[in-house]
Amino acid sequence: MTHEHARLRVKTWSFAVVVVFSNVFGNFFLKRGMPPSLATPLAYITVLFHPWVALGVLLMIVWMLSRMALLSWADLSYVLPVTAVGYVFVAIVGKVLLNEQITMQRWAGIGLIVAGVALVSGGTAPQTRAGPSQ
Amino acid sequence: MRFLLIGIIVASTTAGEVLQAAGMRRHGEIRDFRPGAIRRAIAVLARNRFVIAAVAAMAVSFFAYLGLLTIADLSFAVPATAITYVLETVLAKYVLKEHVSWLRWAGAALVICGVALVSL
Repeated sequence: MTHEHARLRVKTWSFAVVVVFSNVFGNFFLKRGMPPSLATPLAYITVLFHPWVALGVLLMIVWMLSRMALLSWADLSYVLPVTAVGYVFVAIVGKVLLNEQITMQRWAGIGLIVAGVALVSGGTAPQTRAGPSQ
Repeated sequence: MRFLLIGIIVASTTAGEVLQAAGMRRHGEIRDFRPGAIRRAIAVLARNRFVIAAVAAMAVSFFAYLGLLTIADLSFAVPATAITYVLETVLAKYVLKEHVSWLRWAGAALVICGVALVSL
C-alpha cells in the first residue's frame, strides 16, 4: 500500500508539472499574440491562425489533456490548489517577458499562494476516494 | 465590460472543471500512456457525457477569456478568474463527494487570499 501511495504521488507530481507549465506558457503565447482588439465575431476565429496564438492554443490543448489525465485519479480539491502555483509563474513570466509590473502587494499574494500549495501538496494525499477502476 | 467577461468566464469554468473531474473519475485512473492506448482513451472519453459537457463549457470560457485578454493585462486576467477556486472546492465536497480535509480548506483559503492580493 505504501508502494502504491509512492507510485501515485510521483505520477501526480509529474503530471502537475506538465499541467502547470503548459498553462503558464499557453497563457503567455496567447497574450503575446492577441491584437489590441477583436472587433467582429469572425476576428475571434481568424486570430486562432496567428502563429503565437496558435502555439498558445496548442499548449492549452496539452494543458487540457494532461489535466484530464491527472483528474482521472487525483481529487479536484487537490488538483486545484496544487496547480495554483501556476499563478506565481504567470506573474513572473508577465514581469520578465511582457514587462508587466509586480507590486509589493502582488509579491505578498504570490507568497500566500505558494504557502497554500505547499500545505495541500505536502500535507494531503492526492486521492481520497478511489474511482471505479480500483 | 471586463467584469461581464469575468462573470461569464467564472460560471463556465466552474461548470466545465467540475464536469471534467466527474467524467474523468467515472472513467477511472489512466495507467497506459502508449500512443495507441491514449487514442483509445480519447475515443472512449469523447462519448462520455460529462466530458462532452465539460468541453462545451470550457470552449465558452476560452473565447470569453480571449476577449478579456484584449482589454486587460495578463497579470489581471488570470488572477481575477480565481474566484472559481471557492466555488469548485465547495462543489468538490458536495457534488463530487471528496473528503476535503482541514488542510485542504486551509490551503485553498491561502490560495484564494493570495490570488485576491495579486489581482486587486
